[in-house]
Amino acid sequence: GPCPQWPYCRKRCSYCNFNTYVVPAVDEAALRACLVREAQTLLRLSQVHSVTSVFFGGGTPSLASPSTVAAVLEAVAGAAHLPDGAEVTLEANPSSTSTSRLAGFRAAGVNRLSIGVQVRGALLAAAPAAAHDPTVTVLPLQSLDDAELRMLGREHTAAEAQKAVEVARGLFPGRTSIDLLFGLPRQSRDAWAQQLEAALRLCDDHISLYQLTLERGTALAAQVHGGALPVPSQDVLADMYQIARTVLVAAGFRHYEVSNFARKGALSTHNLSYWRADQYIGVGPGAHGRFMLWGEGGWSREARVQTLEPVAWMQEVRSQGHGTRSRVVLSLLEQLEELLTLGLRTDEGVTHERWGHFSPQLSLQAMFGEPGEAWALQQEGWLVLDSSGLRCTWAGLAVLDSLLPDLLCQLQRV
Amino acid sequence: MALAGRAALRWGARLPSPCPAAALLCRPAGLPAACQRPYSSRGKEILDMSTYPVESIRNFSIIAHVDHGKSTLADRLLEITGTISKTDRNKQVLDKLQVERERGITVKAQSASLFYNHEGINYLLNLIDTPGHVDFSYEVSRSLSACQGVILVVDANEGIQAQTVANFYLAFEAQLSIIPVINKIDLKNADPERVEKQIEKLFDIPTDECIRISAKQGTNVEKVLQKIIEKIPPPQCNTADPLKALVFDSTFDHYRGVIANIALFGGEIAKGQKIVSAHTQKRYEVNEVGILTPNEQPTHKLYAGQVGYLIAGMKEVTEAQIGDTLFLYKQPVEPLPGFKSAKPMVFAGMYPIDQTEYNNLKSALERLTLNDSSVTVHRDSSLALGAGWRLGFLGLLHMEVFNQRLEQEYNMSVILTAPTVPYKAVLSSAKLIKEYGKDQITIINPAQFPDKLSVSEYLEPTVLGTIVTPHEYIGKIITLCQDRRAVQKDMLYIDENRVMLKYLFPLNEIVVDFYDALKSLSSGYASFDYEDAGYQSADLIKMDILLNGNPVEELATVIHKDKAYAAGKLLCERLKETIPRQLFEIAIQAAIGKKIIARETLKAYRKNVVAKCYGGDITRRMKLLKRQAEGKRLMRKIGNVEVPRDAFIRILKRETDK
Repeated sequence: GPCPQWPYCRKRCSYCNFNTYVVPAVDEAALRACLVREAQTLLRLSQVHSVTSVFFGGGTPSLASPSTVAAVLEAVAGAAHLPDGAEVTLEANPSSTSTSRLAGFRAAGVNRLSIGVQVRGALLAAAPAAAHDPTVTVLPLQSLDDAELRMLGREHTAAEAQKAVEVARGLFPGRTSIDLLFGLPRQSRDAWAQQLEAALRLCDDHISLYQLTLERGTALAAQVHGGALPVPSQDVLADMYQIARTVLVAAGFRHYEVSNFARKGALSTHNLSYWRADQYIGVGPGAHGRFMLWGEGGWSREARVQTLEPVAWMQEVRSQGHGTRSRVVLSLLEQLEELLTLGLRTDEGVTHERWGHFSPQLSLQAMFGEPGEAWALQQEGWLVLDSSGLRCTWAGLAVLDSLLPDLLCQLQRV
Repeated sequence: MALAGRAALRWGARLPSPCPAAALLCRPAGLPAACQRPYSSRGKEILDMSTYPVESIRNFSIIAHVDHGKSTLADRLLEITGTISKTDRNKQVLDKLQVERERGITVKAQSASLFYNHEGINYLLNLIDTPGHVDFSYEVSRSLSACQGVILVVDANEGIQAQTVANFYLAFEAQLSIIPVINKIDLKNADPERVEKQIEKLFDIPTDECIRISAKQGTNVEKVLQKIIEKIPPPQCNTADPLKALVFDSTFDHYRGVIANIALFGGEIAKGQKIVSAHTQKRYEVNEVGILTPNEQPTHKLYAGQVGYLIAGMKEVTEAQIGDTLFLYKQPVEPLPGFKSAKPMVFAGMYPIDQTEYNNLKSALERLTLNDSSVTVHRDSSLALGAGWRLGFLGLLHMEVFNQRLEQEYNMSVILTAPTVPYKAVLSSAKLIKEYGKDQITIINPAQFPDKLSVSEYLEPTVLGTIVTPHEYIGKIITLCQDRRAVQKDMLYIDENRVMLKYLFPLNEIVVDFYDALKSLSSGYASFDYEDAGYQSADLIKMDILLNGNPVEELATVIHKDKAYAAGKLLCERLKETIPRQLFEIAIQAAIGKKIIARETLKAYRKNVVAKCYGGDITRRMKLLKRQAEGKRLMRKIGNVEVPRDAFIRILKRETDK
């Protein structure tokens, strides 16, 4: 499935370093034509028959008109099979989500909404594999506190966000997700616990919780590093994460990925395809993709990156049908490295089946079941290797980035 | 790249010659009558030095505290005597190294022969330059041993400083004539009278013997030349005696090999003669002799009392060691007294920042030590820092200058570890005495530190430090010295406002940051100098650093018992800041034997996972993770604790002062 990217925002948020552009007027018709053209080209190149999910990321794709979304979906359906129930997610911003607009997106084919900024990935999960049940729209909220929202440079107020979620839930019942940020400057454990309670009263069946990452070059990072804003200590952050997990699990949510929680099976199909190292096609300026291509040496998995700057990207799409800036064939080792890095973020981990799909020769058991780094990490209680596969314990998941370098070292020795 | 500082001339040096431009300059009789090419130090003409009998020769040095104007005075003397042409560019003519010009110090002494007519007689004045710091006191003493007198330069504003005192005593003990010169009288705050009184009080020289000059403006410099002739006696030696030549300096030239600076204490020397080194007993044939003006100017011969250079097929500077005596083959003489091999007082590890730079650094070290035989080099390796060297230096300034030259002349950036000093142990264990073949050993590496049970006494090197300071800082300075375990030996008011303090310091107490501490608490006004004062008994212990109970070999230190607690605490704190958190808690401890004297705890990581990882981010993310995996392989593992090389560098690296 294709992943169209809408690279424009009304205002840049203080913590965002995404490839976004704040311009007064967007030539939407031109951009639409290019998104359609690139989606068609890439789908043809990839030779996929069926698309599992479509994700409109950004930027703030909800600023685009529903007709653009419809056009892209039509192009996808024209180039490959797009099952009726396929998950079609749109990222949205609370301030651009009037009931009528959201209804327009629903009419265009969107069945899952993600309001907000942070989740990016104008990508299509394209899998020849069996179709998953389509999932819900995500509504990313950053915070339910006005002061915090102002600090983050968000355009909307807590009341607007609340309203937006209510509207979205009305239109996409059971398929609405919210984003929450924690670890904000000056945030206390108690304040976070209260936010969580508020979120639980408001939310549907999917929540993404992100620890605030201070990205270099952002206004927020400059304030924090300049000493103007105090950030919570490591220990407080660890406590906040633990509190969230405890509260959400008690409320019936499954902690299915480092930052993602779902109940009633409302997992994001699209995002799961990343973590399972499935194929995905990135459409739009700066989009990334991973998909199989038939070449001289047979099938190979390629990492593709589309041109970042929208005007240049449009020119390339017009002249050659796509704006692919880089293509790198991934070696088996690189594919396995990605599989581990992504797969271990999920509660299912890397299953024997997934591993065998990439590495039919050397089994997961043979690789990590013998004395070595992974073995030691199992003994210490960070990892589990059993009949279903290799995965993190809860304690291990919280420190996954300290485990991965060891695992990669072991992998690289083979 | 000026290796020996003897490369092409950068200033308008020229010899006395009948060229029109030099016509008015005093020219000694008997010099070849042909113009010299201005940029050649090796003209075809060969000078005849026989017209300068011993009576017309004066050999002298200029000694001074740093920045008191030694080099400026030398420039003026060279100009007045026509040795170099008078231009605005003559600044520190004899200081050719970049580091010398930047720091206003002399590292590599340069000498020059000046020709001067006084009352109808042509004199040969040999200015024998000396390094301006007592790190090089052995070199200074050798240079002085070729002299009969010195010019003691004191700044009319700053007055007597620590180095003035040290230099005065070197000259005084060598029984040289001393001509006190008060420089910079043109400065607004100059107070020559006060300085004259200081000189009288401290050195017992009558005030009317001081010459007040401004080397910068040339005021009274001619008077200095006259005083040199009047007051400094000619050398006492005879051309009829067998050859006896003192090597007082040497440099290395890529094309011609070793160039030795020599002073003839007897006989004569000429090309073709066979000579022998008293120290090495090696035999050489003389290829070239000459004088320095200040570049090499070949002569037919050099005669007793004269000073010049010699080239004799020596391949390494170690073959022309400072203080060695040269004599004619089969005509041995009693060697000149006072020769000793360079003795390093400060050691530091040197490692390339990147191990792939090892060979480049090796070749730079080899080339730099060609010119500085006083640096000792031993291969060393550290589990944390990789392959490198343990270098021995004469002192701190010597170490800094060496490092700076590596950076400036060879573009090498290195990890230089905090300096240590050579301790000694007097062994009591028969087994160890047999093993070492002696009952006293020098400990350079803490790993060699013998246990107290097999030792009757540990010894540490000491220095006698001289501090000159305005009196308002005395209290703070005394406290500082006491903190550094120093013992006061003397305290003397050199005038109403200035005090000279003498302290016996353990050397290790001043090698790291003493000078900076002194400068900062005296607002820059106190000066410091020191000289070797032998070894003293000391209560030394070996302090280990443990990570979760496992010792870290490269962090073990030999330290005085009284300093162990503070040093251990500081080291543990710094380690806590530099070691990254890991999956488990890490106890960082300092220990003496089994006793823990300091502890810090580095808490375990509780959360370390990137919040967002979706399709778009993965490429950048994988690069970072692979770099971390790569870094894992380079980490030093102490038990299960991983310590990055950077952490070691930050702990071990010498703190730079500037």
